[in-house]
Amino acid sequence: MADYLNTLIRAVEDADSSLLLQEAVKNLAASGLEGAIPTLIASLSYNNPGAAVAAVDGLIKIGEPAVPALLELLDLHNYTARSWAIRALAGIGDPRGLVTLLGAATADFALSVRRAAARGLGMMKWHWFPDDLLEIAQAEAMEALLFVAQEDDEWVVRYSAVVGLQFLADAVAVTYPEWRSQIESQLEQIAVKDDSWAVRARILMAQQNLKVPTATVQPQTDDRPSPLSSMDWQKIMEGLYGRKGQERQTFAEGDPRRYRELAVAIAQHPDD
Amino acid sequence: MENKANIQDDSQLTVEQAIANLQGEDLGLRVYAAWWLGRFRVDAPEAIDVLIAALEDEDDRTNAGGYPLRRNAARALGKLGEKRAVPALVRALECSDFYVREAAAQSLEMLGDSSCIGRLIELLNNQIPGTLPAPEPPQLAQPFDAIIEALGTLGAIDAIPVIEQFLDHFIPRIQFAAARAMYQLSSEEVCDQYGDRLIQALGNDDLQLRRAVLSDLGAIGYLPAAEAIAETLAENSLKLISLKGLLEKQLQQATPPDLSPGAIKVMQLMDALL
Repeated sequence: MADYLNTLIRAVEDADSSLLLQEAVKNLAASGLEGAIPTLIASLSYNNPGAAVAAVDGLIKIGEPAVPALLELLDLHNYTARSWAIRALAGIGDPRGLVTLLGAATADFALSVRRAAARGLGMMKWHWFPDDLLEIAQAEAMEALLFVAQEDDEWVVRYSAVVGLQFLADAVAVTYPEWRSQIESQLEQIAVKDDSWAVRARILMAQQNLKVPTATVQPQTDDRPSPLSSMDWQKIMEGLYGRKGQERQTFAEGDPRRYRELAVAIAQHPDD
Repeated sequence: MENKANIQDDSQLTVEQAIANLQGEDLGLRVYAAWWLGRFRVDAPEAIDVLIAALEDEDDRTNAGGYPLRRNAARALGKLGEKRAVPALVRALECSDFYVREAAAQSLEMLGDSSCIGRLIELLNNQIPGTLPAPEPPQLAQPFDAIIEALGTLGAIDAIPVIEQFLDHFIPRIQFAAARAMYQLSSEEVCDQYGDRLIQALGNDDLQLRRAVLSDLGAIGYLPAAEAIAETLAENSLKLISLKGLLEKQLQQATPPDLSPGAIKVMQLMDALL
């Protein structure tokens, strides 16, 4: 197995044309081996879109073991590599990527990043979240997705937000049925005023899927327990709380943000 | 990807200023104003008037004899949706500058006015005197792909015999334009062979050509191409735009809230490319 992996890695390192590199990264990505992570991560910085697409697919396939390396990459200044890392995080759905995805979906300047982040926000591994954090996390995701679905200039990003909302509506169906209805009624309103046929059609499909209970199945239903440590959750919570803090500065007093108190409560009891 | 910072800078130009610049002394500002009016879809009557006038500009010439301002004015007029520009654009098809003729053909396609079909066919047959070939190799006599695409979109059935001859043109881009137009112009029984040609072309080794084919398939909304589009090696953004063309075609054929199985299939493919 190690020899096999080494051969695949060497092929990436030895590739001397963009086509060979794409092929080599594709083969390495297909292996799904954790040992491939560093090489796949490095491939995100080569400025070769074909290789990067293949590497993102491979990292998504490997899943949460790839998340720490992806988060590390987010700290770097190479914007292209960052945007690919966000796309991979969106595909994996790991809660450690949540705060990044919230920011990326609503404010990244690259539409391909907003698009991937919006879909990813709907497909978080919600079952890993502790109860007290789940509510604020889903509320934030819903707020961000509703914003993107209504305000983004690009049809494909709004389309993606509709996809995210459909999955989120399914995810909250049991815990917060009133949010599900809220998503459904908002989608109805968006469908009336959006000028893109594609977005309106996607809303129709979402509505039809939501009519049937559990019609949409989370694409990655795995029952593995959360590998996240209490330190990870602490960071996620602080990130969410930080977002709330920023909003507090921009939203007027008296804004009915019901989760503010909750965020404060969680911040005060980090051991929950 | 649009550069938002630039767009914001551009927005500082006002409509009045752009219209004034277009008639001013500074040739650079004129060319820029023409582009700007198209980019921001300024369809005020005065804007249309100055752009139409700019199609006859003689001041702005390249070393090779091209007309940069006319090119930009012709492109802008296509985006503004004002059919009043059609006669002036038809006259621009006689321009010696290859790129002015190309822009005029593209804009006439966008304006969707079939009164230009006869002249487009003459241009395709290279029957308009005084038109110079493209300045760089392979020095095409005419912007064949733009003309053919316009004829296809405008439903120029009379043009079928001449367009057919371009299916085997030595430039692949022009073959694809011909296949696309033949698909649009042929009867339902025979048109799929032309759509299938485009599907095959998605397997081309050249990324640039695959991108062009994606755009052609999106333009005709050819449903059997859906999977091939999703799987071809190109940017997801371009595949999504192409699939959007297929989806819109499907939506035209069903009454909301009904979604055809084709529409659902296309959206499932799109979802996976986000």
